[in-house]
Amino acid sequence: MHRRNVLTAAAGFAATSALPLARAAQIWQPGEMADGALDSALLEALPGKRELIKRSFRPPNFETPIEYFRAAITPNDAFFVRYHLGSIPDAAAASWRVRVGGAAAGTPVELNLVQLQREFEPVEIVAVCQCSGNRRGMFQPHVQGVAWGVGAMGNARWKGVRLRDVLKRAGVKPDALEVAFNGADEPAMEGTPDYIKSIPLDRALDENTLIAWEMNGAPLPRWNGFPARIIVPGWTATYWVKHLTDIDVRTKPQGGFWMIPAYRLPAGRFSGIDRFPSQENATNVPITNMLVNSLVTSIHDGMRVHAGQPVEVAGIAWDGGSGIRTVQVSLDHGQSWSDAPLGKDLGRFSFRQFSYTFKPDRTGTQLVLVKATSQRGETQVSDLVPNPAGYHHNVIPRIALAVA
Amino acid sequence: MKNFVIGLGATSPRATAARAARTGAVLACALAFAFTTVPVIAGEEKVQIATAPGVDQVRANCIACHSLDYIQMNSPFLDRKGWEAVITKMEKAFGAPIRAEDKDAILNYLATAYGKK
Repeated sequence: MHRRNVLTAAAGFAATSALPLARAAQIWQPGEMADGALDSALLEALPGKRELIKRSFRPPNFETPIEYFRAAITPNDAFFVRYHLGSIPDAAAASWRVRVGGAAAGTPVELNLVQLQREFEPVEIVAVCQCSGNRRGMFQPHVQGVAWGVGAMGNARWKGVRLRDVLKRAGVKPDALEVAFNGADEPAMEGTPDYIKSIPLDRALDENTLIAWEMNGAPLPRWNGFPARIIVPGWTATYWVKHLTDIDVRTKPQGGFWMIPAYRLPAGRFSGIDRFPSQENATNVPITNMLVNSLVTSIHDGMRVHAGQPVEVAGIAWDGGSGIRTVQVSLDHGQSWSDAPLGKDLGRFSFRQFSYTFKPDRTGTQLVLVKATSQRGETQVSDLVPNPAGYHHNVIPRIALAVA
Repeated sequence: MKNFVIGLGATSPRATAARAARTGAVLACALAFAFTTVPVIAGEEKVQIATAPGVDQVRANCIACHSLDYIQMNSPFLDRKGWEAVITKMEKAFGAPIRAEDKDAILNYLATAYGKK
Protein backbone atom coordinates (compact mmCIF):
# COMPACT_ATOMS: atom_id res chain seq x y z
CA MET A 1 0.00 0.00 0.00
CA HIS A 2 1.10 3.56 -0.52
CA ARG A 3 1.96 4.23 3.06
CA ARG A 4 3.39 7.68 2.40
CA ASN A 5 0.21 8.71 0.65
CA VAL A 6 -1.95 7.33 3.43
CA LEU A 7 0.00 9.33 5.99
CA THR A 8 -0.18 12.44 3.82
CA ALA A 9 -3.87 12.01 3.52
CA ALA A 10 -4.11 11.50 7.25
CA ALA A 11 -2.32 14.77 7.88
CA GLY A 12 -4.57 16.50 5.40
CA PHE A 13 -7.58 15.08 7.14
CA ALA A 14 -6.46 16.50 10.45
CA ALA A 15 -5.51 19.85 8.94
CA THR A 16 -8.98 20.43 7.58
CA SER A 17 -10.14 19.50 10.94
CA ALA A 18 -13.03 21.74 11.50
CA LEU A 19 -14.77 18.47 10.86
CA PRO A 20 -18.24 19.60 10.01
CA LEU A 21 -19.87 16.83 11.95
CA ALA A 22 -17.93 16.94 15.16
CA ARG A 23 -20.40 17.64 17.92
CA ALA A 24 -19.20 16.22 21.18
CA ALA A 25 -15.43 16.56 21.34
CA GLN A 26 -13.43 16.08 18.14
CA ILE A 27 -15.19 13.03 16.81
CA TRP A 28 -15.97 12.49 13.18
CA GLN A 29 -19.47 11.09 12.91
CA PRO A 30 -21.65 10.53 9.85
CA GLY A 31 -23.93 13.51 9.32
CA GLU A 32 -27.04 11.44 8.77
CA MET A 33 -27.09 10.27 12.38
CA ALA A 34 -29.79 11.49 14.77
CA ASP A 35 -29.01 14.57 16.86
CA GLY A 36 -29.32 12.62 20.11
CA ALA A 37 -26.77 10.06 18.93
CA LEU A 38 -24.34 12.74 17.76
CA ASP A 39 -24.68 14.77 20.94
CA SER A 40 -24.44 11.88 23.43
CA ALA A 41 -21.24 10.50 21.86
CA LEU A 42 -18.12 11.11 23.94
CA LEU A 43 -14.48 10.19 23.56
CA GLU A 44 -13.93 7.87 26.52
CA ALA A 45 -11.35 5.22 27.42
CA LEU A 46 -12.32 1.92 29.02
CA PRO A 47 -9.53 0.44 31.20
CA GLY A 48 -6.87 -0.86 28.82
CA LYS A 49 -8.35 0.87 25.80
CA ARG A 50 -7.59 4.12 24.00
CA GLU A 51 -10.25 6.76 23.70
CA LEU A 52 -13.08 5.38 21.62
CA ILE A 53 -16.47 6.78 20.70
CA LYS A 54 -18.76 6.04 23.63
CA ARG A 55 -22.25 5.13 22.45
CA SER A 56 -23.39 3.76 25.81
CA PHE A 57 -21.52 3.36 29.08
CA ARG A 58 -23.43 0.34 30.41
CA PRO A 59 -23.55 -2.17 28.89
CA PRO A 60 -20.38 -0.77 27.32
CA ASN A 61 -20.73 0.01 23.64
CA PHE A 62 -17.67 1.82 22.30
CA GLU A 63 -16.91 2.47 18.64
CA THR A 64 -13.54 2.66 16.89
CA PRO A 65 -12.87 6.17 15.48
CA ILE A 66 -12.44 6.28 11.71
CA GLU A 67 -8.74 7.16 11.74
CA TYR A 68 -7.82 3.64 12.93
CA PHE A 69 -9.22 2.24 9.68
CA ARG A 70 -6.40 3.86 7.74
CA ALA A 71 -4.47 0.68 8.63
CA ALA A 72 -5.51 -2.80 7.52
CA ILE A 73 -5.20 -4.22 11.05
CA THR A 74 -7.10 -2.60 13.89
CA PRO A 75 -5.05 -2.26 17.11
CA ASN A 76 -6.34 -4.24 20.10
CA ASP A 77 -6.60 -1.16 22.29
CA ALA A 78 -8.66 0.66 19.64
CA PHE A 79 -10.89 -2.32 18.78
CA PHE A 80 -14.61 -1.68 19.23
CA VAL A 81 -16.49 -3.00 22.27
CA ARG A 82 -20.04 -4.31 22.17
CA TYR A 83 -22.03 -5.91 25.00
CA HIS A 84 -25.70 -6.73 25.46
CA LEU A 85 -25.40 -7.63 29.13
CA GLY A 86 -24.16 -5.51 31.98
CA SER A 87 -22.28 -8.03 34.09
CA ILE A 88 -18.92 -8.61 32.45
CA PRO A 89 -16.52 -11.07 34.01
CA ASP A 90 -12.91 -10.37 34.80
CA ALA A 91 -11.97 -14.01 34.47
CA ALA A 92 -8.57 -15.31 35.43
CA ALA A 93 -6.99 -17.42 32.71
CA ALA A 94 -5.95 -20.06 35.26
CA SER A 95 -9.47 -20.77 36.46
CA TRP A 96 -11.16 -20.55 33.07
CA ARG A 97 -12.78 -23.67 31.59
CA VAL A 98 -14.80 -24.36 28.48
CA ARG A 99 -17.32 -27.19 28.58
CA VAL A 100 -18.35 -29.10 25.46
CA GLY A 101 -21.52 -31.14 25.69
CA GLY A 102 -25.10 -31.34 24.54
CA ALA A 103 -27.60 -33.86 23.17
CA ALA A 104 -25.53 -34.42 20.02
CA ALA A 105 -22.14 -34.59 21.74
CA GLY A 106 -20.60 -37.98 22.43
CA THR A 107 -18.65 -37.53 25.67
CA PRO A 108 -18.75 -34.21 27.49
CA VAL A 109 -15.34 -32.54 27.60
CA GLU A 110 -13.97 -29.79 29.82
CA LEU A 111 -10.81 -27.96 28.83
CA ASN A 112 -8.68 -25.34 30.49
CA LEU A 113 -6.71 -22.74 28.56
CA VAL A 114 -3.42 -24.68 28.66
CA GLN A 115 -5.12 -27.80 27.31
CA LEU A 116 -6.78 -25.79 24.58
CA GLN A 117 -3.46 -24.25 23.59
CA ARG A 118 -1.36 -27.44 23.79
CA GLU A 119 -3.59 -30.31 22.79
CA PHE A 120 -4.87 -28.99 19.47
CA GLU A 121 -3.20 -27.57 16.38
CA PRO A 122 -2.90 -23.76 16.65
CA VAL A 123 -4.01 -21.77 13.64
CA GLU A 124 -4.08 -18.07 12.74
CA ILE A 125 -6.45 -16.15 10.52
CA VAL A 126 -6.96 -12.48 9.68
CA ALA A 127 -10.66 -11.71 9.84
CA VAL A 128 -13.04 -8.80 10.13
CA CYS A 129 -15.22 -8.72 13.22
CA GLN A 130 -18.19 -6.49 12.45
CA CYS A 131 -21.25 -5.88 14.58
CA SER A 132 -24.47 -6.72 12.73
CA GLY A 133 -25.70 -3.22 13.56
CA ASN A 134 -22.64 -1.33 12.33
CA ARG A 135 -23.93 1.92 10.73
CA ARG A 136 -27.37 1.50 12.32
CA GLY A 137 -27.24 5.16 13.36
CA MET A 138 -27.03 6.12 9.67
CA PHE A 139 -30.35 4.49 8.79
CA GLN A 140 -32.99 6.83 7.46
CA PRO A 141 -35.56 6.71 8.83
CA HIS A 142 -33.71 6.06 12.10
CA VAL A 143 -34.26 2.77 13.88
CA GLN A 144 -34.05 2.02 17.59
CA GLY A 145 -30.93 0.36 19.00
CA VAL A 146 -27.29 1.23 19.58
CA ALA A 147 -26.71 4.10 17.15
CA TRP A 148 -23.43 2.96 15.63
CA GLY A 149 -21.55 5.05 13.11
CA VAL A 150 -18.99 3.36 10.86
CA GLY A 151 -16.71 1.92 13.55
CA ALA A 152 -18.47 -1.07 15.10
CA MET A 153 -15.94 -3.27 13.39
CA GLY A 154 -12.28 -4.19 13.33
CA ASN A 155 -9.82 -6.46 11.59
CA ALA A 156 -7.38 -8.62 13.53
CA ARG A 157 -5.10 -11.62 13.24
CA TRP A 158 -6.74 -14.19 15.50
CA LYS A 159 -4.91 -17.18 16.93
CA GLY A 160 -6.66 -20.18 18.33
CA VAL A 161 -7.70 -23.73 17.53
CA ARG A 162 -10.31 -25.03 15.14
CA LEU A 163 -13.67 -25.50 16.79
CA ARG A 164 -14.07 -28.72 14.82
CA ASP A 165 -10.95 -30.21 16.42
CA VAL A 166 -12.40 -29.52 19.87
CA LEU A 167 -15.80 -30.90 18.81
CA LYS A 168 -14.08 -34.05 17.56
CA ARG A 169 -12.61 -34.59 21.02
CA ALA A 170 -16.14 -34.74 22.42
CA GLY A 171 -17.54 -36.55 19.40
CA VAL A 172 -20.35 -35.23 17.21
CA LYS A 173 -23.35 -37.52 16.77
CA PRO A 174 -25.01 -37.90 13.35
CA ASP A 175 -28.13 -36.03 14.47
CA ALA A 176 -26.23 -32.82 15.32
CA LEU A 177 -27.94 -29.75 13.87
CA GLU A 178 -26.46 -26.63 15.46
CA VAL A 179 -23.65 -25.72 17.83
CA ALA A 180 -24.50 -23.09 20.46
CA PHE A 181 -22.20 -20.91 22.53
CA ASN A 182 -22.56 -19.23 25.89
CA GLY A 183 -20.12 -16.81 27.49
CA ALA A 184 -19.49 -15.69 31.05
CA ASP A 185 -21.15 -12.29 30.65
CA GLU A 186 -24.48 -12.17 32.42
CA PRO A 187 -27.55 -9.99 32.63
CA ALA A 188 -28.04 -7.53 35.46
CA MET A 189 -31.60 -8.80 35.95
CA GLU A 190 -32.70 -12.37 36.46
CA GLY A 191 -35.44 -11.90 33.87
CA THR A 192 -33.10 -10.76 31.09
CA PRO A 193 -32.26 -13.55 28.64
CA ASP A 194 -28.67 -14.76 28.71
CA TYR A 195 -26.70 -14.20 25.53
CA ILE A 196 -26.62 -17.57 23.77
CA LYS A 197 -25.96 -17.93 20.03
CA SER A 198 -25.83 -20.91 17.71
CA ILE A 199 -24.41 -21.57 14.26
CA PRO A 200 -25.27 -24.34 11.79
CA LEU A 201 -23.25 -27.55 12.14
CA ASP A 202 -21.48 -27.05 8.80
CA ARG A 203 -20.28 -23.63 9.90
CA ALA A 204 -19.11 -25.07 13.23
CA LEU A 205 -17.11 -27.70 11.36
CA ASP A 206 -15.66 -25.18 8.90
CA GLU A 207 -11.87 -25.05 9.10
CA ASN A 208 -11.96 -21.27 9.65
CA THR A 209 -14.23 -21.28 12.70
CA LEU A 210 -12.00 -21.00 15.75
CA ILE A 211 -11.83 -20.77 19.49
CA ALA A 212 -9.33 -17.91 19.75
CA TRP A 213 -7.31 -16.64 22.73
CA GLU A 214 -5.00 -14.29 20.92
CA MET A 215 -5.54 -11.17 18.84
CA ASN A 216 -2.73 -9.46 16.92
CA GLY A 217 -0.13 -11.41 18.90
CA ALA A 218 -1.48 -10.55 22.35
CA PRO A 219 -4.05 -12.12 24.68
CA LEU A 220 -7.61 -11.01 23.96
CA PRO A 221 -8.39 -7.76 25.78
CA ARG A 222 -10.90 -8.12 28.58
CA TRP A 223 -13.43 -6.11 26.53
CA ASN A 224 -12.98 -8.34 23.49
CA GLY A 225 -13.59 -11.70 25.10
CA PHE A 226 -10.68 -12.67 27.37
CA PRO A 227 -9.62 -15.40 27.81
CA ALA A 228 -11.19 -17.06 24.75
CA ARG A 229 -13.90 -16.35 22.21
CA ILE A 230 -15.49 -17.82 19.13
CA ILE A 231 -14.33 -16.59 15.72
CA VAL A 232 -16.71 -17.12 12.79
CA PRO A 233 -14.89 -15.48 9.87
CA GLY A 234 -17.26 -13.99 7.32
CA TRP A 235 -20.23 -13.88 9.68
CA THR A 236 -21.28 -10.91 11.76
CA ALA A 237 -19.96 -10.53 15.29
CA THR A 238 -23.21 -11.63 16.95
CA TYR A 239 -21.92 -15.20 16.61
CA TRP A 240 -18.41 -14.44 17.90
CA VAL A 241 -19.34 -15.21 21.52
CA LYS A 242 -16.90 -13.68 24.02
CA HIS A 243 -15.67 -15.11 27.34
CA LEU A 244 -16.66 -18.53 26.01
CA THR A 245 -17.69 -21.03 28.69
CA ASP A 246 -20.10 -23.50 27.08
CA ILE A 247 -20.39 -25.24 23.74
CA ASP A 248 -23.64 -27.09 23.22
CA VAL A 249 -23.86 -29.56 20.31
CA ARG A 250 -27.58 -29.56 19.60
CA THR A 251 -30.12 -31.74 17.88
CA LYS A 252 -32.72 -28.96 17.97
CA PRO A 253 -32.63 -25.29 16.94
CA GLN A 254 -31.39 -22.95 19.66
CA GLY A 255 -34.18 -20.72 20.94
CA GLY A 256 -34.08 -17.63 23.10
CA PHE A 257 -34.41 -13.92 22.49
CA TRP A 258 -30.96 -13.47 20.93
CA MET A 259 -31.69 -16.05 18.22
CA ILE A 260 -35.29 -15.03 17.59
CA PRO A 261 -36.68 -12.35 17.39
CA ALA A 262 -33.26 -10.63 17.67
CA TYR A 263 -30.72 -10.57 14.84
CA ARG A 264 -33.26 -11.23 12.11
CA LEU A 265 -33.64 -10.00 8.53
CA PRO A 266 -36.94 -9.88 6.64
CA ALA A 267 -37.09 -13.05 4.49
CA GLY A 268 -36.15 -12.58 0.86
CA ARG A 269 -35.04 -8.97 1.08
CA PHE A 270 -31.27 -9.39 0.76
CA SER A 271 -29.22 -11.18 -1.84
CA GLY A 272 -25.86 -12.80 -1.24
CA ILE A 273 -26.62 -14.06 2.25
CA ASP A 274 -25.60 -17.46 3.59
CA ARG A 275 -28.42 -19.81 4.59
CA PHE A 276 -29.07 -20.97 8.15
CA PRO A 277 -31.95 -23.37 7.35
CA SER A 278 -32.73 -24.63 10.85
CA GLN A 279 -33.41 -21.04 12.02
CA GLU A 280 -35.36 -19.75 9.02
CA ASN A 281 -39.11 -19.17 8.89
CA ALA A 282 -41.57 -17.68 6.40
CA THR A 283 -41.19 -14.10 7.62
CA ASN A 284 -37.58 -13.76 8.73
CA VAL A 285 -34.14 -15.33 8.65
CA PRO A 286 -31.13 -14.92 10.93
CA ILE A 287 -28.42 -12.50 9.87
CA THR A 288 -25.40 -14.54 8.76
CA ASN A 289 -22.51 -13.25 6.63
CA MET A 290 -21.38 -9.68 6.18
CA LEU A 291 -22.29 -8.03 2.90
CA VAL A 292 -19.65 -6.49 0.66
CA ASN A 293 -18.80 -3.02 1.86
CA SER A 294 -16.15 -0.32 1.92
CA LEU A 295 -15.13 2.64 4.04
CA VAL A 296 -13.36 5.72 2.69
CA THR A 297 -10.95 7.05 5.30
CA SER A 298 -8.96 9.72 3.43
CA ILE A 299 -11.69 12.19 2.48
CA HIS A 300 -15.05 13.09 3.90
CA ASP A 301 -18.22 14.80 2.77
CA GLY A 302 -17.82 18.58 2.63
CA MET A 303 -14.02 18.47 2.69
CA ARG A 304 -12.19 21.30 0.89
CA VAL A 305 -9.61 20.38 -1.74
CA HIS A 306 -7.77 22.35 -4.44
CA ALA A 307 -8.19 22.16 -8.19
CA GLY A 308 -5.13 20.70 -9.89
CA GLN A 309 -3.86 19.11 -6.66
CA PRO A 310 -3.95 15.35 -6.15
CA VAL A 311 -6.75 13.95 -3.99
CA GLU A 312 -6.37 10.44 -2.62
CA VAL A 313 -9.49 8.28 -2.26
CA ALA A 314 -8.29 5.58 0.12
CA GLY A 315 -9.84 3.17 2.54
CA ILE A 316 -10.74 -0.44 3.16
CA ALA A 317 -13.13 -2.96 1.63
CA TRP A 318 -14.38 -6.32 2.91
CA ASP A 319 -17.14 -8.88 2.50
CA GLY A 320 -18.43 -12.09 4.03
CA GLY A 321 -15.49 -14.23 3.09
CA SER A 322 -15.18 -14.46 -0.69
CA GLY A 323 -12.62 -11.67 -0.79
CA ILE A 324 -12.57 -8.36 -2.65
CA ARG A 325 -12.43 -8.42 -6.45
CA THR A 326 -12.46 -4.68 -7.15
CA VAL A 327 -12.92 -1.32 -5.55
CA GLN A 328 -14.03 1.26 -8.07
CA VAL A 329 -14.26 5.03 -7.97
CA SER A 330 -16.63 7.18 -10.02
CA LEU A 331 -16.19 10.92 -10.50
CA ASP A 332 -19.17 11.34 -12.87
CA HIS A 333 -22.17 10.33 -10.75
CA GLY A 334 -21.73 6.64 -11.47
CA GLN A 335 -21.62 6.79 -15.27
CA SER A 336 -18.08 5.44 -15.44
CA TRP A 337 -15.95 3.64 -12.86
CA SER A 338 -12.18 3.27 -12.48
CA ASP A 339 -10.46 0.48 -10.58
CA ALA A 340 -8.61 1.58 -7.47
CA PRO A 341 -5.27 -0.19 -6.90
CA LEU A 342 -5.66 -2.67 -4.05
CA GLY A 343 -3.28 -3.17 -1.12
CA LYS A 344 -1.75 -6.38 0.18
CA ASP A 345 -4.05 -9.39 0.31
CA LEU A 346 -4.20 -10.58 3.95
CA GLY A 347 -6.75 -13.28 3.15
CA ARG A 348 -10.34 -13.42 2.01
CA PHE A 349 -11.78 -12.58 5.43
CA SER A 350 -9.64 -9.47 5.93
CA PHE A 351 -9.98 -5.77 5.22
CA ARG A 352 -8.41 -5.00 1.84
CA GLN A 353 -6.93 -1.56 1.46
CA PHE A 354 -7.40 0.53 -1.68
CA SER A 355 -6.06 3.86 -2.89
CA TYR A 356 -7.03 5.91 -5.95
CA THR A 357 -5.60 9.32 -6.72
CA PHE A 358 -7.06 11.95 -9.06
CA LYS A 359 -6.76 15.70 -9.66
CA PRO A 360 -10.01 17.65 -9.70
CA ASP A 361 -9.76 19.93 -12.73
CA ARG A 362 -12.34 22.60 -11.91
CA THR A 363 -13.68 24.39 -8.90
CA GLY A 364 -17.08 23.62 -7.45
CA THR A 365 -18.52 20.40 -6.11
CA GLN A 366 -16.81 17.13 -7.04
CA LEU A 367 -18.84 14.07 -6.17
CA VAL A 368 -16.86 10.90 -5.38
CA LEU A 369 -18.58 7.49 -5.40
CA VAL A 370 -16.85 4.32 -4.21
CA LYS A 371 -18.05 0.78 -4.83
CA ALA A 372 -16.56 -2.53 -3.74
CA THR A 373 -17.33 -5.82 -5.50
CA SER A 374 -16.67 -9.20 -3.92
CA GLN A 375 -15.06 -12.23 -5.53
CA ARG A 376 -18.48 -13.80 -5.72
CA GLY A 377 -19.84 -10.85 -7.68
CA GLU A 378 -21.86 -9.06 -5.02
CA THR A 379 -21.56 -5.31 -4.97
CA GLN A 380 -22.53 -2.41 -2.72
CA VAL A 381 -26.07 -1.11 -3.17
CA SER A 382 -27.17 2.32 -4.41
CA ASP A 383 -30.07 2.57 -1.98
CA LEU A 384 -30.43 1.40 1.59
CA VAL A 385 -32.36 -1.84 2.00
CA PRO A 386 -34.74 -1.04 4.86
CA ASN A 387 -35.07 -3.53 7.70
CA PRO A 388 -36.37 -2.97 11.23
CA ALA A 389 -33.17 -3.75 13.13
CA GLY A 390 -30.88 -1.61 10.99
CA TYR A 391 -28.56 -4.27 9.56
CA HIS A 392 -26.46 -4.46 6.38
CA HIS A 393 -25.90 -0.78 5.60
CA ASN A 394 -23.61 -1.12 2.59
CA VAL A 395 -24.73 1.83 0.51
CA ILE A 396 -22.32 3.33 -2.04
CA PRO A 397 -21.11 6.58 -0.43
CA ARG A 398 -21.56 9.88 -2.27
CA ILE A 399 -18.82 12.14 -0.96
CA ALA A 400 -19.11 15.78 -2.05
CA LEU A 401 -15.75 17.57 -2.13
CA ALA A 402 -15.62 21.36 -2.25
CA VAL A 403 -12.98 22.11 -4.90
CA ALA A 404 -11.47 25.59 -4.51
CA MET B 1 -40.37 -0.05 47.91
CA LYS B 2 -37.35 0.69 45.84
CA ASN B 3 -34.40 2.64 47.07
CA PHE B 4 -31.45 3.68 45.03
CA VAL B 5 -28.08 3.91 46.60
CA ILE B 6 -24.81 4.80 45.01
CA GLY B 7 -22.00 3.58 47.16
CA LEU B 8 -19.28 1.06 47.75
CA GLY B 9 -19.29 -2.53 48.75
CA ALA B 10 -22.76 -3.72 47.84
CA THR B 11 -22.89 -7.40 47.02
CA SER B 12 -25.18 -9.72 45.14
CA PRO B 13 -25.16 -13.12 43.48
CA ARG B 14 -24.12 -11.42 40.28
CA ALA B 15 -21.46 -9.05 41.54
CA THR B 16 -18.66 -10.33 43.69
CA ALA B 17 -16.81 -8.34 46.27
CA ALA B 18 -13.75 -8.59 44.06
CA ARG B 19 -15.60 -6.94 41.24
CA ALA B 20 -16.86 -4.22 43.54
CA ALA B 21 -13.35 -3.55 44.75
CA ARG B 22 -12.05 -3.47 41.20
CA THR B 23 -14.60 -1.10 39.77
CA GLY B 24 -14.41 1.06 42.83
CA ALA B 25 -18.07 1.90 42.71
CA VAL B 26 -21.17 -0.15 42.68
CA LEU B 27 -24.61 1.10 41.99
CA ALA B 28 -26.96 -0.83 44.14
CA CYS B 29 -30.52 -1.18 43.08
CA ALA B 30 -32.48 -2.38 46.04
CA LEU B 31 -35.53 -4.15 44.79
CA ALA B 32 -38.45 -5.30 46.85
CA PHE B 33 -37.22 -8.86 47.24
CA ALA B 34 -33.71 -8.98 45.89
CA PHE B 35 -30.57 -6.94 45.60
CA THR B 36 -28.98 -6.48 42.25
CA THR B 37 -25.67 -4.76 41.84
CA VAL B 38 -24.31 -3.42 38.63
CA PRO B 39 -20.70 -2.45 38.02
CA VAL B 40 -20.50 1.14 36.86
CA ILE B 41 -18.19 2.00 34.00
CA ALA B 42 -16.14 5.08 34.87
CA GLY B 43 -17.62 8.09 33.12
CA GLU B 44 -21.24 7.09 33.40
CA GLU B 45 -21.79 9.96 35.82
CA LYS B 46 -21.33 12.29 32.84
CA VAL B 47 -24.67 11.21 31.42
CA GLN B 48 -27.12 14.01 32.10
CA ILE B 49 -30.68 13.48 31.02
CA ALA B 50 -33.32 16.19 30.81
CA THR B 51 -34.84 17.40 34.05
CA ALA B 52 -38.56 17.10 33.47
CA PRO B 53 -41.57 15.46 35.10
CA GLY B 54 -41.03 11.70 35.16
CA VAL B 55 -37.25 11.80 35.37
CA ASP B 56 -37.31 10.21 38.84
CA GLN B 57 -39.39 7.30 37.60
CA VAL B 58 -37.05 6.89 34.64
CA ARG B 59 -34.03 6.74 36.91
CA ALA B 60 -35.75 4.38 39.34
CA ASN B 61 -36.84 1.86 36.72
CA CYS B 62 -34.22 1.99 33.97
CA ILE B 63 -30.82 2.44 35.56
CA ALA B 64 -30.48 -1.04 37.05
CA CYS B 65 -29.85 -2.53 33.61
CA HIS B 66 -28.42 0.26 31.47
CA SER B 67 -26.95 3.72 31.48
CA LEU B 68 -29.37 6.47 30.52
CA ASP B 69 -27.44 7.52 27.41
CA TYR B 70 -29.49 4.83 25.65
CA ILE B 71 -32.38 7.31 25.81
CA GLN B 72 -30.42 10.20 24.30
CA MET B 73 -28.87 7.99 21.63
CA ASN B 74 -32.33 7.01 20.39
CA SER B 75 -33.64 10.53 20.04
CA PRO B 76 -35.43 12.46 18.83
CA PHE B 77 -36.96 10.16 16.24
CA LEU B 78 -39.32 7.90 18.20
CA ASP B 79 -42.88 9.16 18.64
CA ARG B 80 -45.04 8.28 21.63
CA LYS B 81 -45.97 4.95 20.10
CA GLY B 82 -42.32 4.21 19.40
CA TRP B 83 -41.29 4.89 22.99
CA GLU B 84 -44.21 2.81 24.22
CA ALA B 85 -42.88 -0.07 22.12
CA VAL B 86 -39.46 0.39 23.71
CA ILE B 87 -40.95 0.17 27.21
CA THR B 88 -42.87 -2.94 26.21
CA LYS B 89 -39.68 -4.48 24.80
CA MET B 90 -37.83 -3.77 28.04
CA GLU B 91 -40.57 -5.53 30.00
CA LYS B 92 -41.43 -8.44 27.73
CA ALA B 93 -38.08 -9.22 26.13
CA PHE B 94 -35.65 -8.14 28.83
CA GLY B 95 -37.72 -8.81 31.94
CA ALA B 96 -37.47 -5.28 33.31
CA PRO B 97 -39.56 -5.09 36.51
CA ILE B 98 -41.07 -1.69 35.69
CA ARG B 99 -43.57 -0.60 38.32
CA ALA B 100 -47.07 -0.37 36.87
CA GLU B 101 -47.72 2.97 38.55
CA ASP B 102 -44.57 4.47 37.00
CA LYS B 103 -45.27 3.54 33.40
CA ASP B 104 -47.33 6.58 32.40
CA ALA B 105 -44.79 8.97 33.88
CA ILE B 106 -41.94 7.20 32.06
CA LEU B 107 -43.75 7.25 28.74
CA ASN B 108 -44.74 10.91 29.12
CA TYR B 109 -41.15 11.82 29.94
CA LEU B 110 -39.67 9.97 26.97
CA ALA B 111 -42.29 11.23 24.52
CA THR B 112 -41.99 14.83 25.74
CA ALA B 113 -38.25 15.21 26.40
CA TYR B 114 -36.92 12.76 23.80
CA GLY B 115 -39.79 12.26 21.37
CA LYS B 116 -40.08 13.08 17.70
CA LYS B 117 -40.93 16.76 17.39
